Formats: sequence, C-alpha cells, structure tokens
Amino acid sequence: MQLTDEEVRHIALLARLGISDAEVEKFRNQLSSILENMDILQQVDTSGLEPTSQSVALENIYREDETGPSLPVTEVLSNAPAQEDNSLKVNAVLE
Amino acid sequence: MNDLHRLTIHEAHALLKDKKVSSVELTRSVLKNLEAVDSKVRACMRLTADTALESAAAADKAIARGKASVLTGVPMIIKDNMCTKGVTTTCGSKMLENFIPPYDAHVVEKLKAANAVIVAKANMDEFAMGSSTENSAFFTTHNPWKLDCVPGGSSGGSAASVAADETIYALGSDTGGSIRQPAGFCGVVGLKPTYGRVSRFGLVAFASSLDQIGPITKDVTDCAIVLNAIAGHDKRDSTTVPLGVPDYTRALTKDIRGLRVGVPREYLVEGMQPGVRKAIEAAIIQFEKLGAKVDRKVSLPNTRYGLAAYYILAPSEASANLARYDGVKYGYSYRDTTSMWEAMEKTRQFGFGAEVKRRIMLGTYALSAGYYDAYYLKAQKVRTLIRQDFDKAFDSCDVLVTPTSPTVAFKIGEKADDPVQMYLSDVCTLPINIAGVPGVSIPAGFADGLPVGLQFIGKHFGEETLLRAAHAYEQATPWHTMKPAIA
Amino acid sequence: MKHQCDTDILSGVVKYETVIGLEVHSQLLTVSKMYCSCSADYASTPPNTHVCPVCMGLPGVLPTINRRAVEFTVMTALALNCSIPEHAKFDRKNYPYPDLMKGYQISQYDKPMSVNGYLVIDIEGRKKKVGITRVHLEEDVAKLLHRTTPEGESYSLVDINRAGMPLMEIVSEPDMNSPEEARLYLVKLRSILQYLGVSTGNMEEGSFRCDANISIRPEGSKEFLGKVEVKNMNSFRAVYRALEFEEKRQREVLDTGGRITQETRGWVDEKGITVSQRSKEYAHDYRYFPEPDLPPLAFSREMVEQVRAALPELPEAKYDRFVSGYSLTPYDAGLLTDSRPLANYFEECVGLAGKSGGEKDIAKKAKTISNWLLGDFTRLLNSSNTRIEASNIKPWHLVEMFDLVDRGTLSGPLAKTVFEEMFSSGKTASAVVAERGLVQISDSGELAIIVDKVIADNDKAIADYRAGKEASLTFLIGQVMKASRGKANPAVVRKIIVDKLGGN
Repeated sequence: MQLTDEEVRHIALLARLGISDAEVEKFRNQLSSILENMDILQQVDTSGLEPTSQSVALENIYREDETGPSLPVTEVLSNAPAQEDNSLKVNAVLE
Repeated sequence: MNDLHRLTIHEAHALLKDKKVSSVELTRSVLKNLEAVDSKVRACMRLTADTALESAAAADKAIARGKASVLTGVPMIIKDNMCTKGVTTTCGSKMLENFIPPYDAHVVEKLKAANAVIVAKANMDEFAMGSSTENSAFFTTHNPWKLDCVPGGSSGGSAASVAADETIYALGSDTGGSIRQPAGFCGVVGLKPTYGRVSRFGLVAFASSLDQIGPITKDVTDCAIVLNAIAGHDKRDSTTVPLGVPDYTRALTKDIRGLRVGVPREYLVEGMQPGVRKAIEAAIIQFEKLGAKVDRKVSLPNTRYGLAAYYILAPSEASANLARYDGVKYGYSYRDTTSMWEAMEKTRQFGFGAEVKRRIMLGTYALSAGYYDAYYLKAQKVRTLIRQDFDKAFDSCDVLVTPTSPTVAFKIGEKADDPVQMYLSDVCTLPINIAGVPGVSIPAGFADGLPVGLQFIGKHFGEETLLRAAHAYEQATPWHTMKPAIA
Repeated sequence: MKHQCDTDILSGVVKYETVIGLEVHSQLLTVSKMYCSCSADYASTPPNTHVCPVCMGLPGVLPTINRRAVEFTVMTALALNCSIPEHAKFDRKNYPYPDLMKGYQISQYDKPMSVNGYLVIDIEGRKKKVGITRVHLEEDVAKLLHRTTPEGESYSLVDINRAGMPLMEIVSEPDMNSPEEARLYLVKLRSILQYLGVSTGNMEEGSFRCDANISIRPEGSKEFLGKVEVKNMNSFRAVYRALEFEEKRQREVLDTGGRITQETRGWVDEKGITVSQRSKEYAHDYRYFPEPDLPPLAFSREMVEQVRAALPELPEAKYDRFVSGYSLTPYDAGLLTDSRPLANYFEECVGLAGKSGGEKDIAKKAKTISNWLLGDFTRLLNSSNTRIEASNIKPWHLVEMFDLVDRGTLSGPLAKTVFEEMFSSGKTASAVVAERGLVQISDSGELAIIVDKVIADNDKAIADYRAGKEASLTFLIGQVMKASRGKANPAVVRKIIVDKLGGN
C-alpha cells in the first residue's frame, strides 16, 4: 500500500494535525512501509467471524441516574490555556 | 540499617510492622539512593520528595495505631500517565507538560488509602507509545544494567526505577507489552493483569480496549501484593468485572507438580537472539524439574497476524483518544493565530512527537471511509481468531511460557528511526493484550550481560495460577536476587 | 395522495412533489448527565458549574451509561412503534470541534437501540403514517458564546455545562410531503415525548431541536434532485416557514433550468430565508467505531415487554377517549391532548366537577371546562407566559367557580372578571366574589327597582319593543346589567321586564 502525498495530507486534515512538507514526505514513506506489513491480514480467512471490540464479555453495565459532585469552576479552568468570565476562551468558532 | 532501598515490599513490611524501621527512614533511604543513581538512569519524570516524607510520617502514625496494610509506608513510583491530583501528569508529552489533574486515578486513590508513599512519577514513551522510552518528549531513560541501552518501554521509567532500587515497587501500564517488555529488559517482575481486572479510571488512555495497569516489582510475591491492592471492580470503569479479588499471595505455594505448561512454538521466532533462546530452553528444563508437564506442541497459529492487527487496532483507538488534545481545555495551546482551525492543528503539530503523530495518522487512516473494512474491521476479526487461539491452547494448558521479547535490551538510538523494527520488539507481548488475558514477565537469566525476560501467560482472570507458576520458577532460580552495578 | 406544489396546471410545466425527512434531537429529563453524574439541570446555573472530569473530557476519564436515559429511549421507541433489537452498542463519532470535549461524540451507529417505527399524523381529516427510521441515544455538546471586542476582534467562550447531556435522536423516513405535514409530525412527536415524561419538548430553549432534509422531484418520479439539509430552526413556526421557503426556492431553481446542490442551509428567521452554509473547509468523515469503554446493551424480551406495559396513555388514545367519553369535538379534543399538562388539567377538572354534580351532565360540564381552558385560560397563560402547571389557578379553583355560576351566586358575565382576578392573585372564586361584592342579585324586589329606572329612562327602546323589535329587549336587559354593575341575574331581569311591559 503506497500512500500519495494527497492521501497523507487528507489523513492529517481529518486528524486535525498540522503537517509540514518534510513531514508529509516522512510520513508517506513510513506509513506506506507500515501498511505494507499490514497486508498480511488480507491472507487471513475471516469469513463468518464476528469482530471483537472488547475482550471481556460484559453487558448492560449501567450507572443509576443519580447526581454526584461537580468540580469547582476554578478547578474546571485550572489548566485552561485562556479563559474569560468563568469560561474557556478560544479563537472565534464562526468563520 | 543500610540499603533499605534494596528491600522488597514484603521485607519492608515485616520491618515496618515490627517497628524495626520507620517509613520515614525507609523513604529517606529510597530517596537517597534515587538521588544518587537517577542522574544516570533518568527514570523519574518528577520527584515528589516533600509529599513523600509527609506520607511516610502519616504512615508511621497509622502503623503506630496498628492500622497498617502491607503497602503502608512503602515507597513507590507511578508511571506518569496515571492522574495524580495536584501533581503534574505529563504522559511524557509536551502536550501535557504543565497539566495538573484535579483528580486521582482509581489506583492512586487506592494506594493513598493504603498510606503508600509516592516518591516520584516515572518517565515513559509519549502517551505510552513506544518500546524504549526514547519517545519521551523530555529525556530518555537508561537501562540500569547497561546505561547505553534502553530500559524498554513504554513503562521504561517504572521498570528502570525498580531495577535501580530507586523505589520498592512501581506501577506501569501495558497496551501491547509496555509493562512486560521493560520489566524483561530491566530484570524485574512486571504483570499485565487480565483486561477488566484493574480500573483504568484516571489512566490516560492510549488504546482503551487494550490498556491495563499493573505492578512492576522486585519479585513475584510483591507482584501479588500490589495486585491485591489495585485489583477490583470500579463503577467508574464499566469494563472492570464485578468479580471478587482473591488474596493472590495465597496462590504462591511453590507447588506446580502436574501443572500443564505450554510452550507455543510460534513464539520461538526466527530472529530470536541465541541467548534468549538458551534462557528459554533452560527454563523449560527447570519446569520439568519442578514436576510440571511441559507441552512443546501447543500452537497459537494466528500469532503471526498479531503485530499487524495490533498496529491497526491500537492506533485506531488512539486516534480518537488523543483527539481531545486540542489546546482548548488544558495542555499545550498554540496561540499565535486568530484562526480556530489553525490553532487546533498547530497545537497538535507542535504538542505531539513523531511517534504519536505517526500512530494518530495510521489510526485515522484505518478508520477512514473506504478503508474501515479492509483494515479496522479485518483487524477486529483477526482479534477474534487470536482470542480463539488462546481459548483453545488453554483447553490443554494451565499456563503458557514464552520469551518476553525476542532480544534483550538494545542500544539507545539503534531502532529510533525504524518504526517497524521497533514494533517488532513487542511481537511476543501484544497478542496477550489482543486476547485480554494476563501475562507476567520475570527474570530468567542473562544474555550479553543483559537480563532475559520469561513471559507467563494465563487464562482470563487466571492470575492465581499464573503467579503460582511464575513464583515457583522464581524461587527455584537466582535471577531475581541479582542487582545491576550502576556505572 | 401526495401534496403537490401549487404549480400552474394550465401552463403545463412539470409538477413537483416535496419530500421531507426530519431529524429531531431531544434532551432527556434525567437527573444526571448521560455519561457522568453531574446534574442535568444545567440551563439555570452559571457557566462551567456542572462540570466534572468526565464531561469535560480530562485525560484518563471513562464514561458510564445512565440507566434512565436508556429506559427513556426504549419507552420512546416503543411509543413510536419501533422494534427493539436484542443488542445495541455505543460508537465513537469522530469530529474534532471546540464544543466537543473528547473530540468524539459517544453516539450509536450501526446497532442503535431501536429501528423501524412510525407515527400517525392527521392531515386534513385523514390519517397518515410517517416512518421512524431509528431512535438512538447520544450526548450533547458544550455551548459556544460568540463575542467581539470593541476593536472588532471576535472570539468564542466555551461553557461545558451542556456537554454530556443525554440527547435522544429520532430520525424519520422521508415520508412527509409538505411543510404542514412536517409541522404536524413535530407537534405529534413532541406531545408523545411530553406524555412519556422524557422531554420538555421546548424548542425555544433548545431542549427539542429539529433539522430537516428536503428535496423535490417530478411527481411520480423516484429520483431525488439533490437533498438539502436545513438547520437553525428554533420554533415550530420556523420549521414550517423554512420548509415553505425551501420548497419554493428549489422549485424556482428547477423551473429556471438550474440544479439543486446537495448542501446544508441555515434558516435566518429575521429575514425569512435559508442561506447556504458553505461546505466547511473540512470534509466530514466521522470514522465511527465501537466505543471500547462501554460494554454493549442487551434487551431481553421480558424487559421490553415490561417497559411497554408501563407506558402511559399516549395522546392518540387520550384523544379517542375525550371524543367518545366526554363528547368533545375532535377539534377541541385535539387541542387539549396536544399538550399533556393541559390534558391532565382538563381531566382533573372533569373529575372534580363530576364528584360535585351528577354523572349525567358530565358532557355538558366537560364542554364548559374545555371552553374555559381553550379560551380565557389559554389566553391568560399565553399573555403572561405561564405554564399551566405553574398557574395560580388549580383545577379545584376552576371547578369551585363553575359551582358558583351553577348555583346562581355568580353571573356568567362576571365570572370572566372573577377569573382574571383569580388568575393574578391565586384567590378562590368565592373569596373574590365576597371581597368585591359581586354576588349575583336574583331578588325580584331589588331588581324591580332598577328595571323601573331603566324603563323610565329609555322611552325609545320601550316603544320599539312594543312595536315588536325583539332586539330592544336585549338592549334593556343590558342596561339593567350595566346599572347593577353586572351583578343582576339576567334571567330574572328578563322575566321582570317582560312582565312589566306586558309582552309575550
């Protein structure tokens, strides 16, 4: 599986990863080489098999609908890179 | 008393309980040794010496009141991906360099409740992605046996700190071998419990369906002691099982007569270092001497697909788990722009290191439209096969034994630029995470002056048998008593 | 029968039919949030006060499933005639955005909690089934507040309180063929959610939200000519207007030889138009995959049947009962049952009135109660922006007032005045009547004095009456009522006048 530069840029875009031209080049080569090693999976006959997404067979694990403590607002914002009026502050979301 | 830092938990506890030693003395000894050797080993991300001595004093009071559990007053180190309230939890990443959690991880709560003494947070590969700690954004940890070698990873700081007696024990986390591989490289004991045995609440997620917290200790008895303390159901982690926790130390009877020990042939891989093979062969003979029935024909035929399946599943989950690091709520935040999207992208570009970005890209790709079925879904189905392999093997075996890693610790820098080679060092450990079964690595000799790790694999929630086998082997061999001369 | 756009039949141009599907998101009335135990009562609290490590997506946290939210979703699904599969699971929907704390939303993808239902609407006297594709459970996002500095620099503030609120998504089939059908669907759906007690259904406050897919196609054709998604509609009226606008806009585009672009458009209420929301600079690829932190759900048939058996009476059943049991007109029964609180209020009143009187005139009483509820009471509630449950007037207040009218203590015309006073003060009718001296005068002697004065003052009306103008009688009665400040018993007054003037 050989990736193109465009594919690498598209993946970076989906992942919201900024990427330099040099990184495009580097990741293209590395990811292509990793993906080549993944091709071995295509040899496996998995017909009729259910996928496994969790290794412990639990079901119906619920929390009762009861309230518990929230954090003080100072702790909610204690790691905030920027804040104003007890809220997180970010660049304008409407473009 | 000299060399208190060399004690195991059970030895330290005996002295504390009988008031032959105080926790403050023990902690001072540990801190003194830590300060002496860590400039070379570099296992610690952050020292918590001040609070450690306060905890030690509190532990001494508890002991005086007769309220001591086995971990009370015993110094320990926590991998820096478990949240510690009020103490930076960096995950080895620039992204979280200044992140101070407002809450404790479940395991940290449990340790604090037991009056454990936390002396440091341990270095690690960034977001637990790596096998050498070279991916730490801050510095590389050195193997106490040979300082120019890696300690393994991602819990390299935890394993090296135990091997170097910078602590009595440590906690690590294991997604594909991150406890067992560094434990093997550093000549200590490292257990990855069954998935669902220990709460992940407060463990910074890498791959949620594979991550598990476990102990790194100086012997198997200590491993059972720590597992006793951290295992159990937690209602905040819906994937923990609501099963009772047995006293694992009671399983350590040394009697493994009749125990069916399987040596799956697929694990004696090509490219395995001769010294590692020799150690495994010697271990097999040892098992037979102890009265176990060794089966060398047992097969886990889908092992060869483990690596590929793992490097699809783990990065896929990681790509979602690491999406929250966007510079909005906490952590590194790129601010030199007025564009929301640019801020987010640059935050992630500059906040994450190369391996993390590589895996986010890989996972994003495997889940993306048009590739999901060929990669992610396929890997999930292969996961089913790998699980079935283990189920089948455990029909005829009680435990499986394999090398922990095909090689001993490699040189720092040796594999740093070759991700595929680096990934291969987890080839023996990651199928265990895929299946969700427990695995423990214990010291089994040396090759080229570096420790060889022997991996024991148990059934789901079969930690008792697993630890009994490991303990019997350990007690019949001298390896766990050997200490590195750090120079 | 499909609704048709009103194209000019004579001109011979293509006739189009409209196809609408709706996607409704409703917050659930749970006590705690969907995946953590923060209080769900987020709207009335200061920013970022109902936030914990879990709902703010701190590193290391894990979600847990709110049992009641699941039950509410199953209830809703059953009320919407959906089938509940044996197994369901949660999935991660990946789309980084500053209002989404984890960078993914825990939602449901290929194994939702329910599928294949329907809801029946009444359109111009006939019943129509609208298919429900699925009902599933997910979580709400944080609120963004946009600000601009005096220098013109704009930025956004993030309030996490709303993040993690349980959000139920109800997706319809594209079965509606007019904006009116869409409106009726929403009204019906909301009333079902209110009856179930799972949602406030408040669209203005954003606890009940609706996006629409609308396309038009040549009548009889199966092809779709570019589906448009319409967002930002904050009221039922806005949904109706936006769809009406969009229907017309798309027809005009096609009639002038254009093509409908598949896109998302936002409704701008002030201008009454939809505008294209530029396909964001990023393509969407949600990369759904099973949520590893939450074990799957299994619904035993016993559990499903238990929930079904415990469902409250739904609007349709209540409507039927109101028409057949109380002889209400279908129109009145429809208005009363559209809102569960109003229907409950009505039934409480009828119950109380039935106790005080006989069962035989229950239909008459029901009619009176219905008239008051849909008339003066609704008017006062609307003008004071009060919910009926929060009103000063409780059912027993209203029934007591009717009792005073029945017993002749309070005149019909004065009841209105008394009611307004009751509404604002919360006093009983008898208290208002006593305080303000509004007891009806039925005493013939007392009334005869007023009648005499009115007769003396209205020569022309008397003459007209005697000349056979019946309307004059009504005028004279009115004069007596006025002179008595509304307190005279009109029936007694009529009799006295007729007697005195020697009429029929």
